[in-house]
Amino acid sequence: MNDLMPRLQGVFQDVFDDPKLAIAPTTTASDVSGWDSLTNINLIFAIEREFHVKFALGEIQELNNVGEMVALIGKKQDRARQ
Amino acid sequence: MQLPKELRSPVSAETVLRKRTALRKELLKQPNLLPVRIAILGGSTTQEIRSILEIFLLAHAIQPSFYESAYGAWHEEVMYQSPELWSFKPDIVFVHTTWHNVSRFPDLLQPEAEVVELARAEMARFEAFWRKIHEDLGAIVIQNNFDLPRSRPLGNIEAAESYGRVNFLLRLNAGFARHAATHSRFLIDDILYLSAQAGLSQWFDYGYWYNYHMAVSPVATVSLAQNVAAIVKAVYGKTKKCLVLDLDNTLWGGVIGDDGLQNLVLGRDHPVGEAFTAFQRYLKALRARGVLLAVCSKNDPENAREGFSHPDTVLKLDDFSAFKANWNPKPDNIREIAAELNIGLDSLVFVDDNPAERAIVAAQLPEVAVPDVGSDVSLFAEALEREAFFEPVRIVVDDLDRAAYYSGNAQRTNYESAFASYEDFLASLEMRAEIGPFAPVYLERIAQLVNKTNQFNLTTRRYTAAEVEAIATDPASIALYGRLADRFGDNGLVSVLIGKVRRQAVEIATWLMSCRVLKREMEYAMFDALVEECRERGVREILGVYIPSRKNGMVAEHYAALGFSRLPDGPDGSTLWRYEVPAAWSPRAAHIRRTGRPAMRTANV
Repeated sequence: MNDLMPRLQGVFQDVFDDPKLAIAPTTTASDVSGWDSLTNINLIFAIEREFHVKFALGEIQELNNVGEMVALIGKKQDRARQ
Repeated sequence: MQLPKELRSPVSAETVLRKRTALRKELLKQPNLLPVRIAILGGSTTQEIRSILEIFLLAHAIQPSFYESAYGAWHEEVMYQSPELWSFKPDIVFVHTTWHNVSRFPDLLQPEAEVVELARAEMARFEAFWRKIHEDLGAIVIQNNFDLPRSRPLGNIEAAESYGRVNFLLRLNAGFARHAATHSRFLIDDILYLSAQAGLSQWFDYGYWYNYHMAVSPVATVSLAQNVAAIVKAVYGKTKKCLVLDLDNTLWGGVIGDDGLQNLVLGRDHPVGEAFTAFQRYLKALRARGVLLAVCSKNDPENAREGFSHPDTVLKLDDFSAFKANWNPKPDNIREIAAELNIGLDSLVFVDDNPAERAIVAAQLPEVAVPDVGSDVSLFAEALEREAFFEPVRIVVDDLDRAAYYSGNAQRTNYESAFASYEDFLASLEMRAEIGPFAPVYLERIAQLVNKTNQFNLTTRRYTAAEVEAIATDPASIALYGRLADRFGDNGLVSVLIGKVRRQAVEIATWLMSCRVLKREMEYAMFDALVEECRERGVREILGVYIPSRKNGMVAEHYAALGFSRLPDGPDGSTLWRYEVPAAWSPRAAHIRRTGRPAMRTANV
């Protein structure tokens, strides 16, 4: 999980165009200024491409913070490796 | 300014999507952006499209301001005149509808006659909508045709039977195309092609549809936005004019100077030769619709020319409007080509298989477009199309004549040197000008010329097609077009003059001329026509203004040369001029015969 965080932070920095943006497992949409519905689409797409995963319908709605997102990415990558 | 590397082709959709905010910031730093107002009316989510479309418009130096309809309200907002949309006053309305927005598909086994009726009703719904945009909003319409659904409950029957969805959507697309053929300010965004190019499973993503109601996947949004931006760019006359081509390993395989004519790889006997032939055929098709071709090759001129005597060559020497084969650096030759054809460097696209040549041209001539075509000839055409350099809005007769005209230019130049004086030369050209008030058949060409002429243009004012149309029927405007023909060919419609009459004076708001007829006395012929019109209307005074721009230095003294007297300068640095219409008048254009508008043309209006 820990090796995913720096890469995810890079995605966030690009999407929000803020090279200093720092995220933590507890970060939620309300902590980052400019995280609206358009940015969210952009973010989801960028994450799918960065980690070569595809979110299934309904998975994204269940996420509460960045930590859960990282866990989901990790789980998908593990499944892909099996 | 060079585009950020992320936007130079081949563009990675993924990178553009991810870095859009930074790209936008970078692109907004460009000087001289052209403001355009675009309303996006969507049958599905449009935020993502707006955001990417903005990037690609900025890449063409167009700065859009956007209006977006409420979700799915594309039809209602027009039919019920949404006050927000009406007060936005769009120049362009982009209608982002897809197959999801068809109001009703045929029922299973529905008889063909009823299906035809259903299609007619759907067309009527769209046509009423387009009419309202044209007439009440005065905007140009860019309309998606229809893509196809990813799923096919009836399998191949969807296409085979008239009640099938594929069959029905293609029928509607044919209806849209017919509408485009008869309405000049209605342009099709061909998403049927875009979706085929991407593949339906890439074009449409179930996740993004159910989560966000995006009818086009994020990746496909990039190609959609590029395509719409190319259309907008073409509407504003920002298309390229000339393709400058290398020879060895670009138009044929091999090096003619080393390998000799008979060993060139060209023609059907060889797989690579066949690909070179196909690329030549592609270029011939571009030339046939008015794109100029020029050669820029490091070769002995005799060798270079000999290549076009190959039995399998599709291109012939007379397809080229300029031909530079020598050992000088390519940037020098390209500069000369631009000067010879009398077009700006920013109208040129350079194609060379050699990356070193591409790099040196890109570095020394940043105005010239240098696509990364790679070194595989079978992909050259695609590399050119990716950037839609030559996207046409309409193919008008003048475009076809232009290529013939420019190749006649070489003849004209040779001809010129054979005369004792320039006057003798002008007399020998047997020039004929047709000058008259704006006529419907010419409005499209007039709008095109008004929006792309930069050099011989006194004010560089741009007008939308709707404004040109309004001027044509305004009794208080003097609006003249001029066509010029000579013994070498028809130059087409080359000059436009728009004046606003206020009591006994006319103010010249716009006066421009294509540089291909520079020094032919055409400006005098236009002035003659203006003075005649003034005398008929009892106008006593002509007021001129010159607004300097980066490109129109050549006409700074235009009014002085015509005998206007200079008034105090305007506060914005423009110069103001006045001319009193004399009681007796003899025409200035001594070498141009004026002809009326041909009866045939008038009858066609």
